[in-house]
Amino acid sequence: MTGIILYGAGNIFSLTAALERLSIPYGFINSQEDFKKFDRYIIPGVGHAGAAMDKLEKTGLVPAIKELKKPTLGICVGMQLLTSYSEEGNSDLLNIFPIKTLRFQDSADYKVPHTGWNQVYPEKDNPLFKNIPSGSHFYFVHSYFIEYDKTYTLLSANYSTEFSASIWHDNFYGVQFHPEKSGVYGETLLTNFSKL
Amino acid sequence: MLSKRIIPCLDVKDGRTVKGVNFVDLRDAGDPVELAWNYSRQGADELVFLDITATVERRKTMVELVKSVARQINIPFTIGGGINEIADADALLNAGADKISINSAAVRNPTLIDELAKAFGVQFVVIAVDTRRIDDKNIVHLNGGRLPTERQTLEWIKEAESRGAGEILLTSMDHDGTKNGFDNGLLKTVNDAVHIPVIASGGAGAVQHFVDVFEKTNVDAALAASVFHYGEILIPDLKAILKSNNIEVRI
Repeated sequence: MTGIILYGAGNIFSLTAALERLSIPYGFINSQEDFKKFDRYIIPGVGHAGAAMDKLEKTGLVPAIKELKKPTLGICVGMQLLTSYSEEGNSDLLNIFPIKTLRFQDSADYKVPHTGWNQVYPEKDNPLFKNIPSGSHFYFVHSYFIEYDKTYTLLSANYSTEFSASIWHDNFYGVQFHPEKSGVYGETLLTNFSKL
Repeated sequence: MLSKRIIPCLDVKDGRTVKGVNFVDLRDAGDPVELAWNYSRQGADELVFLDITATVERRKTMVELVKSVARQINIPFTIGGGINEIADADALLNAGADKISINSAAVRNPTLIDELAKAFGVQFVVIAVDTRRIDDKNIVHLNGGRLPTERQTLEWIKEAESRGAGEILLTSMDHDGTKNGFDNGLLKTVNDAVHIPVIASGGAGAVQHFVDVFEKTNVDAALAASVFHYGEILIPDLKAILKSNNIEVRI
């Protein structure tokens, strides 16, 4: 069963609705005790990365999250929290991935937020992207991105610069896009995660 | 590459879909959730719901609509119509809306844009602008295009951007319902002047109009209602033609 870590950063109605459509059982994590009830975890998140990190710290769950050994998926800002630092609010984050979250430079050709369907390309083989072709479109909406990194980037995408659409290190995964809003392939990804 | 988005718009009143020709007489075109599901299956990239319910129960009916859509649809959607305060937006966000669209309330109280952007992030705030030409000037209109304001369209859009709009939905009331094509001149001016995504609306009647709006203005998305609702344009056909014109789309 999937445990969704609750820390007050954004609405999760669409995420839980997607899990219900896919018949993926889930529950919620409010305290350290709750972690052992689940065999995988999702860290959701929308909004401001610095504010999200403050909220996560207030839950007292940070030490437990850093020690997790079961599959853990950060979505959008939930993924950015896994990095060391964000330019958004000049914030220190969980540092599970020693890479940074930076702001897109806006221009006439590259508007910010990066909003809409963009293509993603696997940099490594991983069961999270089973049955999802290279170049598939996923739905993004974000102004900050995780830098491309040879070691940690699982999927790359391009928007004025190459960036990490997904990262992976041991049991930790992150996706910058919203799988719950990304049509059939987004649903495939959530199903794949539920079987890792 | 980031794709150009195709967005069907569903006008909803009392839980049913309607579409006005020039926003005046309304025809019933079905159940919004069923229509939305069909559009997502056909390859729509996003959906916009404009709720024109005018009863005191409107917030409750909008929240119910948003919840049913969010439960069943796997693409993003925007809800608009009569959102006047933070509490309206908060209720819709918690019901699963990806974005809210604000029109008259933002013109009457521009600081609402700042407040919404601060509370929920710019990506949640779409500013809808209804524009009509008066004496060679593009003037912002309210109340479904019936009430002219003193604001010029481009100047208002730039103000909205600076206050925290994350996206502009620009409807030309002169073109809306005519099926003669989008207002490409104005759309290009606006699109070149802002650094946030622009959705073109008003005037779609043929596939070529979508090709034209993307080629001539480079807007991020095109929205239409009746041509999709009545099956005059099918989204898979539209996207195939856009792709054959080298316009980036999600297929």
